[in-house]
Amino acid sequence: MSRTEDHIVVSARGLRKAFASHTVVDGLDLDVFRGECFGLLGPNGAGKTTSLRMLLGMALPDDGTLRVLEYDIPKQAQMARHKIGVVPQMDNLDPDFSVTENLRTYGSYFGLSQRAINQRIPALLRFASLEGRADARIESLSGGMKRRLTLARALINDPQLLVLDEPTTGLDPQARQIIWQRLRQLINEDRTLILTTHYMEEAERLCDRIAIMDNGRILAQGSPEELIRTHIEPQVVELHGPAVEDWVTRQAELYQCRSERVGETVFCYMQEEGELVTALTHQPGLRFLHRRANLEDVFLKLTGRDLRD
Amino acid sequence: MTEPFQAALRWYPIWLRNVRVWRGLLGPALLGNVGEPLLYLFGLGYGLGVFVGEVDGLDYLTFLASGVVCASAVNTASFEGMYSAYTRMAVQYTWVGMLSTPLSVADIVIGEAIWAGSKSLFSATAILLVASLLGVVDGGLALLVLPVAFLLGVCFGSLALVVTSFARSYDFFLYYFTLVITPMILLSGVFFPLDQMPAGIRMSAQVLPLAHAVELVRPLMTGRPLHSPVLHLGVILAYLAVAVPLAITLVRRRLID
Repeated sequence: MSRTEDHIVVSARGLRKAFASHTVVDGLDLDVFRGECFGLLGPNGAGKTTSLRMLLGMALPDDGTLRVLEYDIPKQAQMARHKIGVVPQMDNLDPDFSVTENLRTYGSYFGLSQRAINQRIPALLRFASLEGRADARIESLSGGMKRRLTLARALINDPQLLVLDEPTTGLDPQARQIIWQRLRQLINEDRTLILTTHYMEEAERLCDRIAIMDNGRILAQGSPEELIRTHIEPQVVELHGPAVEDWVTRQAELYQCRSERVGETVFCYMQEEGELVTALTHQPGLRFLHRRANLEDVFLKLTGRDLRD
Repeated sequence: MTEPFQAALRWYPIWLRNVRVWRGLLGPALLGNVGEPLLYLFGLGYGLGVFVGEVDGLDYLTFLASGVVCASAVNTASFEGMYSAYTRMAVQYTWVGMLSTPLSVADIVIGEAIWAGSKSLFSATAILLVASLLGVVDGGLALLVLPVAFLLGVCFGSLALVVTSFARSYDFFLYYFTLVITPMILLSGVFFPLDQMPAGIRMSAQVLPLAHAVELVRPLMTGRPLHSPVLHLGVILAYLAVAVPLAITLVRRRLID
């Protein structure tokens, strides 16, 4: 796909937002192209949700320019939202309504006629695998069902762009797998997806491109493979055990690894692990795990290992 | 597939959403918005009426009925604009959901205010019906009470939304009810006429929108001549004209960062 102007769905330049004296988004530059799944990855408080809220006109930028679809945001946010579907972080399904009533009511907020909404509902129930629960009350649904319904609800206006804030947070692995399948289906329908997540495997599996954010800034941007290739050594050996301290001081430098100590574990990042693995196999008092570097390694390298709560 | 969605009609789906919820909870709604004011009407009207006899040349139940219609419109709309609206704003995040669609904060506030007015209208209709069955309503103009109750409801619904925009919990609303609504009901000629009150209190009651509503509704319900209806209606509309934009501004401040 050639990436011309026409293909840009979201374009942010120098976006800035502060609450009181605390800067939450600090000069965000971002392009999202049609048909791609774009992931905003970052620790809690990195500015992901505020960035999404700005796209929707629900937070007003202090500075910078923002275009979404063909609209200037926040000025034309209401027009833009006609063509956007939103899956919020917090569940806001209407507890007083059944599954179908939730879809019907939400559709009415777009000015859709009852007839147009009713035509869409069967397909949306199928999409959410909730055909059998059309008349169920919201409180009787599991967390996964609620998420699927929220996702289906976001499709009521047949949006070109979907904005999803932590779409699988709090779900069990089975429920998460279904959401991933559905999101892939939406990507294949040539819709554009922007999602935030702090699950690396989610970003790695779903997203064409990822921006790693921290302290309101984008630290790195690219496809998952690109990020891993450009930001970290390809091989990782994780070491722990009673002898680990001794080993690091005496032998680590022999193997040309960049080592990082986290509690009782030492992470060795390196280009070529063969020699080290052979040597470690016969070391008493040491346990080790060899694996390929992944997005989490990049993420932790860029954002640090400090707790963020 | 998106049909033109006129700005002037965008309050409607918000109003309709509340109607749909209300239909599902008709029991408690009837009890609160109709049952309680009727208890006042019967309790005070018959209980106190025996001792009071005539007030202002009217049988006490007749006098009271018009006051209860107005007070109930105020209470119903205030309750809706505070407890119920707060639930939708801060507990169920219904409004945040609406803001993910083409709806705006202004649409939400207007929809909620018209909804509060609709509940007042419903309450007033029921009380008016009961009052006419009791034979304390006089004259065909009594039906004009209904639009007044609706306007009063929109006005107090909007004022309640102003309060809600500051609320951090349900407890906050007690301040408004205790410090504003209850004193206003006592000073607006709902339960007793203000004639025997000191002049200062009588004068200050002139700024209360409920006092003006009672001045409109009592003659309409009792068939007495109506004095300065334009002034009374004007005061209610003036409050409305300030409350709605104020509520929009403050709710926007609360919801949009």
